[in-house]
Amino acid sequence: MSMLKRTSLFEEHQRLGGKMVDFGGWELPVQYSGVTQEHLAVRNACGIFDVSHMGELLVKGPGALEFVNFVTTNDASTLSVFQAQYSAFCNESGGIIDDLVVYRLGQEEFLLVVNASNTERDFQHLTNSLARFSGIRPDVTNESANYAQIALQGPKAAEVLQKLTQTDLKKISTYWSAEGLVLGEKALIARTGYTGEDGFELYLSPSSSQKVWRGLLEKGADVGLLPCGLGARDTLRLEMKYSLYGHELSDETNPLEVGLGWITKLSKPGGFIGKGSISDLKLQGPKRALVGIASLGRGIPRQGYLVYDSSKSKHIGTVTSGTQSPSLKKAIGVCLIEKGFETTGTRVWVQIREDLHEFEVCKTPFLDLKKEK
Amino acid sequence: MNYPDHIRYTKDHEWAELVSDTKVRVGITDHAQSSLGDIVYLELPKVGRELKAQETFGVVESIKAVSDLLSPVDGKVAEVNSGLASEPGRINTNPHGEWMLVIETSTAKFQFQTLMDAAAYSSFVKSL
Repeated sequence: MSMLKRTSLFEEHQRLGGKMVDFGGWELPVQYSGVTQEHLAVRNACGIFDVSHMGELLVKGPGALEFVNFVTTNDASTLSVFQAQYSAFCNESGGIIDDLVVYRLGQEEFLLVVNASNTERDFQHLTNSLARFSGIRPDVTNESANYAQIALQGPKAAEVLQKLTQTDLKKISTYWSAEGLVLGEKALIARTGYTGEDGFELYLSPSSSQKVWRGLLEKGADVGLLPCGLGARDTLRLEMKYSLYGHELSDETNPLEVGLGWITKLSKPGGFIGKGSISDLKLQGPKRALVGIASLGRGIPRQGYLVYDSSKSKHIGTVTSGTQSPSLKKAIGVCLIEKGFETTGTRVWVQIREDLHEFEVCKTPFLDLKKEK
Repeated sequence: MNYPDHIRYTKDHEWAELVSDTKVRVGITDHAQSSLGDIVYLELPKVGRELKAQETFGVVESIKAVSDLLSPVDGKVAEVNSGLASEPGRINTNPHGEWMLVIETSTAKFQFQTLMDAAAYSSFVKSL
């Protein structure tokens, strides 16, 4: 018997010939037609992803804002109702417990969307933090089972989705959302995503997900919409140098060294878990930096490969993610290295199996979407 | 999937084609390319290298995965299809035609005959 969890779209993946894999305990498609084809569909037209495995934690009631601000690094008080922000949970040492998107659904209601494999741990962290929270304690519930999530991403995303909803999508700006009906089904329509492209994430009831998924496939067919798997999701995020928990982010990395200083609001009122340690780290200056590297020869960097300086003798860090970029047709990677080697153009060597291969620290995002279009 | 009868197969999903009594061509099977997905990188050995059966002779990488290539036979690398390394995606479109190596050995024919035939490999793949 399979112990893997399945989303409400499992039968759709089977019907579409998705190649199913175990992804953190979830049985999800790594690809349908092929990673490259799916990736390029999102860059050039659009694609849909089943991201129902993501976790949804709801913080609601009096004290909700203050509590969200206590457990996250970004400042949720700046959010208007239906606005969203990227944020992180940290531990007392400043290590990252998870990254997340905070949606403000009401004055005292916040939906925290977290990584699937961290959902239970995050929920536990919030429950434990409630006990330490000195303010009014809101209700914190794990709503993950009540949400399916479909990401529709790509330059044609709005055109396709508009055929299925009367909500005026032009009125939803990036990192904003609206409640609306998609094919008559209630949805939170959020203009967010993980690909760098324009697009939406639809939060739906699991019982309506199949209808909306099929509607998108049907209405998107003539613009080249493809169902996309986890493989393309990974290459798309990597071309933008978006971090992924378990790769760039972990308990052992702090937000400053992985380039998340911009979501770490040390001066927000009330403080937050991890603030003391992160403030100290800021004074000392981060010891490491997260940089993008591009291949100067052949060879694909992969997570865990060691990085050496130009003399090839000094070990300076580790690759956190790497792939062959389908858009750029070259090997790219992200690595966490000692400060001092992060300048664009710096030559580094990556050990790939027995040999060292030369790479160059490069500008990120790897892909300049404005230039491409 | 269609596995041609004139070539033979290993449980590691490589194939061998007997091109003379002393030479076999080597590639990866349709099942292998399909499991890997879009192939983007190929690393092959130098001509002259001595290989044992099931020894790693190279590496193939798709966007998501890295996989060792294992020799189906003992012998010496006589030829390398170096053009394939610059267009490794050709393996996805024509896995049983795009050979990677020619391995030379006096026992080529005998070793070839010990490998699985198309029917045996087909049922092996189905059992996975």
